Amino acid sequence: MNIIVCVKQVPDTTDVKIDPKTGTLIREGVPSIVNPDDKHALEEALRMKEKFGGKVTVLSMGPPQAEDALRECSAMGADDMVLLCDRAFAGADTWATSYTLGEAAKKIGYDLIICGREAIDGDTAQIGPQMAEHLHLPQITYVKNVETDGNKIVCERALEDGYEKIEASLPALITVIADLNKPRYPSVRGIVEAYREKKVTVWNAKDICADGTCIGMEGSPTSVKRSFAPEPKGKGEVLKGSVKEMSKQLVVKLKDKNVLR
Amino acid sequence: MEFALTKEQEMVRKTAREFAEKEIAPIAADIDERAEFPAETVRKLGALGFMGMTVPKEWGGSGMDDISYAIAVEEVSRVCASHGVTMSVCNSLVCWPLMKFGTDAQKEKYLKPVASGKVLGCFGLTEPNAGTDAGSQATVARKEGDKYIINGSKVFITNASKSDVTILFAMTDKSKGTKGISTFVVDSNTPGYSIGSIEKKMGIRASIQTELVFQDMEVPAENLLGKEGQGFKIAMATLDGGRIGIAAQALGIAQAAYEESVKYAKQREQFGKPISSFQAIQWFISDMATEIDAARLLVYKAAFDKWKGRPYTTSAAMAKYFASDVAMKATRNAIQVHGGYGFTKDYAVERFYRDAKITEIYEGTTEVQKMVIAGDLLK
Repeated sequence: MNIIVCVKQVPDTTDVKIDPKTGTLIREGVPSIVNPDDKHALEEALRMKEKFGGKVTVLSMGPPQAEDALRECSAMGADDMVLLCDRAFAGADTWATSYTLGEAAKKIGYDLIICGREAIDGDTAQIGPQMAEHLHLPQITYVKNVETDGNKIVCERALEDGYEKIEASLPALITVIADLNKPRYPSVRGIVEAYREKKVTVWNAKDICADGTCIGMEGSPTSVKRSFAPEPKGKGEVLKGSVKEMSKQLVVKLKDKNVLR
Repeated sequence: MEFALTKEQEMVRKTAREFAEKEIAPIAADIDERAEFPAETVRKLGALGFMGMTVPKEWGGSGMDDISYAIAVEEVSRVCASHGVTMSVCNSLVCWPLMKFGTDAQKEKYLKPVASGKVLGCFGLTEPNAGTDAGSQATVARKEGDKYIINGSKVFITNASKSDVTILFAMTDKSKGTKGISTFVVDSNTPGYSIGSIEKKMGIRASIQTELVFQDMEVPAENLLGKEGQGFKIAMATLDGGRIGIAAQALGIAQAAYEESVKYAKQREQFGKPISSFQAIQWFISDMATEIDAARLLVYKAAFDKWKGRPYTTSAAMAKYFASDVAMKATRNAIQVHGGYGFTKDYAVERFYRDAKITEIYEGTTEVQKMVIAGDLLK
């Protein structure tokens, strides 16, 4: 069973700061990590490989330093690492990114593609579903449990008030949530192999035969108009006194703010 | 000169830290309180390759460098010094002498299982009357045909009751003094091998130290490690490396004390201000940070010397002497920063203080380290 796991290198914080002038993420001084959901995707892929054999390839699109995220995945047990790195990919929105990842996936070959639900720096949860559309694959999102016999998968798809049980034939694409499993730690030997023995395959736009109009800024139907950090909330106010007094004060304050008239 | 760690070393730090914080931190205070050996987390550390890090792959290890090893012990000890010493003993005191002096058959049978984390090992040198004077071995190995008959006892042996493999020192020829000591690698299930009483300790309470007793224990001659009479040399060479592990343990304890102090000083308010705004507290913090940084440089330097095949007896002694002293000071002052709360078991600095003391004692006391350093400088 050949499995591709899509991973993203993200800043290690959910409290991302944005440069108010340029509207881009401030990455300086923020350590980079493998996106947490993607580690769950990798763990599931490794478990399937242990059961059915085959190969796990981790795939990422990003700047050269995204190699570190791939090597960490390799230290956890991934066999191959592919990094899509080209200036032509820059400025891609989720649609262009998912197209690019999809073209690379075609070149690698797969029975199953596993993505994390979403990245902590963008929170779109769009890459997986869009990749499935580009590749005309059945997709199951928000997977919290998965079983496979190597030919088909049966997944539990988490909903707010329960779950759906969905079956799909392979090849397919799933996006997974943290409830699915507990990712393993890299082993010491895995770290040695990832850094000394294994190579990251780096592909540019030409290598994956990408259509130039579908990648990067040009292939992106959306563009970011403005990024901003949310204004910090003002300090809360605690009213004091008896319930009656506090209610009175509250009404006055709400009237002041024109919430009540 | 380059002070940055390699990406590989950074990954080791990240992994060891993540493991320590997620798996060990939740149990650290409890296993200390109950003096309980943490078999499950030790097993997990072994499975990840943390018990034979620098052993080459063909012998069950990972072929990692010694700085990475020091970093791993530091990170684990930052959360729990008991796990730190368990690791240090397996890596430095068991795997290393087997790697360095073992035959291929000994490596296959004893090194592989320890290095790959399947079993633990221990190092039997210290005796009731052979502490700093390790040459005064009363344990005797008498050769009879193709085997040795061993009688005697050991004390304070870390991991002993949890070990399958023992690196054991015994006198084979008393008339030759330290040159009459030999080293054996012994299966713990050998008839005549028994575990004595378990030590009750002030610190590193979740690691285990026991007596070992040998009564007419028959050990095959093929289990002699190195040559007859080479034992004292093997012990001293092994302890050189062990000191890097203990220095890294001390460093981790000091780092933990420092981090807890910074956190507490920012939270705790007195006279209407966080105590971090008072110079008295700031001086504690700056002293700790400066001394820890200096200790770290010495520890990594010693590990670097070992990895590069340079002489490291002196740099390892300096690292242990200095880092253990820093650990004592940092933990003592961390309690001072915490005031009365630091004296209670509600705050981890109390445990760090108790754990730090042993780093000045085992694998050569501070005074022995100074003797080693002076011996090298004045020769």
